[in-house]
Amino acid sequence: MSSDAVKKITFRVQRFDPEKDRKPHFQEFIVPVKRGTTVLEGLLYIKENLDSSLAFRTSCRMGVCGSCGMLINEYPHLACHTQLEEFHADRLTLKPLPNMPIIKDLVPRLETLFEHHKSVKPYIIRGDNAEMEKPTAGYIQKPHELDEFLQFTYCIKCGLCIAACPTSASDLAFLGPQALGQAYRYCADSRDEGQDQRYQIVEKDHAVWNCHFAAACSEACPKGVDPALAIQLLRKGVAAKALRVKKTTAPALLATSLPQAKPKIDVPEFTVKQK
Amino acid sequence: MADKGPHQNYLGMRGWIWAGNYKLERYLYLLHRITGLGLLLFGLFHLTATTIFRVQGQAVWASTIDFLDNPLFRVGEFLVVAAFSYHALNGLRLIIQELGFALGKPVPPIYPFTDAIRRKRAWTLVTLAAIMILAVAFFIDFSIGGWG
Repeated sequence: MSSDAVKKITFRVQRFDPEKDRKPHFQEFIVPVKRGTTVLEGLLYIKENLDSSLAFRTSCRMGVCGSCGMLINEYPHLACHTQLEEFHADRLTLKPLPNMPIIKDLVPRLETLFEHHKSVKPYIIRGDNAEMEKPTAGYIQKPHELDEFLQFTYCIKCGLCIAACPTSASDLAFLGPQALGQAYRYCADSRDEGQDQRYQIVEKDHAVWNCHFAAACSEACPKGVDPALAIQLLRKGVAAKALRVKKTTAPALLATSLPQAKPKIDVPEFTVKQK
Repeated sequence: MADKGPHQNYLGMRGWIWAGNYKLERYLYLLHRITGLGLLLFGLFHLTATTIFRVQGQAVWASTIDFLDNPLFRVGEFLVVAAFSYHALNGLRLIIQELGFALGKPVPPIYPFTDAIRRKRAWTLVTLAAIMILAVAFFIDFSIGGWG
């Protein structure tokens, strides 16, 4: 398709209005699209020109905020991150993300996702409370220690992994790949001392041992976070602790407590050759 | 008038069965469940046939064997062996990988993204193939009297 050519694509959108409908139904819209048009742009076209009552979430339009997650042709995608061309079809079916209640049309209720996320204590926990309350310096972390969890820090909490997870489909109390992945992210952080607290949360029912490793969460993740890997590594940690074979490492030191700080290398006065 | 509340949208068991546009591992999960349930049903059927019918005397047992001696049940036996092989081998893979082994380390997410299980897919398949070859060799050598 040349960049100016306009093609018409039928958007088959699932609608549900809790004020009027008992169950969801589908409505079709014809949307003109050009090369590079995203699904989100198609939805914005519908809202601006065809039906202003259509409800969907959107914010950043660049795959950062995680608002526009939805089921596009039976697969979880971010609408802003998905171009219509990649489907090679004249017809597109849009549904809200499954495994969470629908508020209206394409808007899922993400309350459970955030509650589960909060429940695994997704923040650095340290023994020195005074330092946590009033930090005096940063903690020292080496590049290889950062590599242990960096991949999992890219989670944007869009909920696509939960929509893909077969366990979340049937077990409403299951913490889900997002929360479990984030539990590992903080447990693997060399600055953290809250591993035992998080292990107590994730080794209960409906948590880490309920993952059946279908790995659909990692496949669906739009940011390459790989929650399935995080969950299996979390399991490894929980099992190692139960078997008392887990290596213990000292938590990261405060930057001020460096025994001998190396002197800074002098920066050259000019970084561009002067004429 | 409608309920005026959110619509529950949980896939339930449909979420196990429906593998949609997902890739190989999602189907391996589905097949693992199906073969597991199949083996459970076979176990119940087998136990029923070899206990209830067996204790009712030689005549009942002989007629049961006659009834089972048909092409349909022979195909069923092959399916049980296939299901057992798959379930056992995939189960071994799951035990190893679910404890965080043979998955590699986290990598920075650079587009196009890959995930650990699919980066290791070739090794997973090679390992499963090696186990299968060893199992067949063991079966032929020790169970049915060797290659000659």
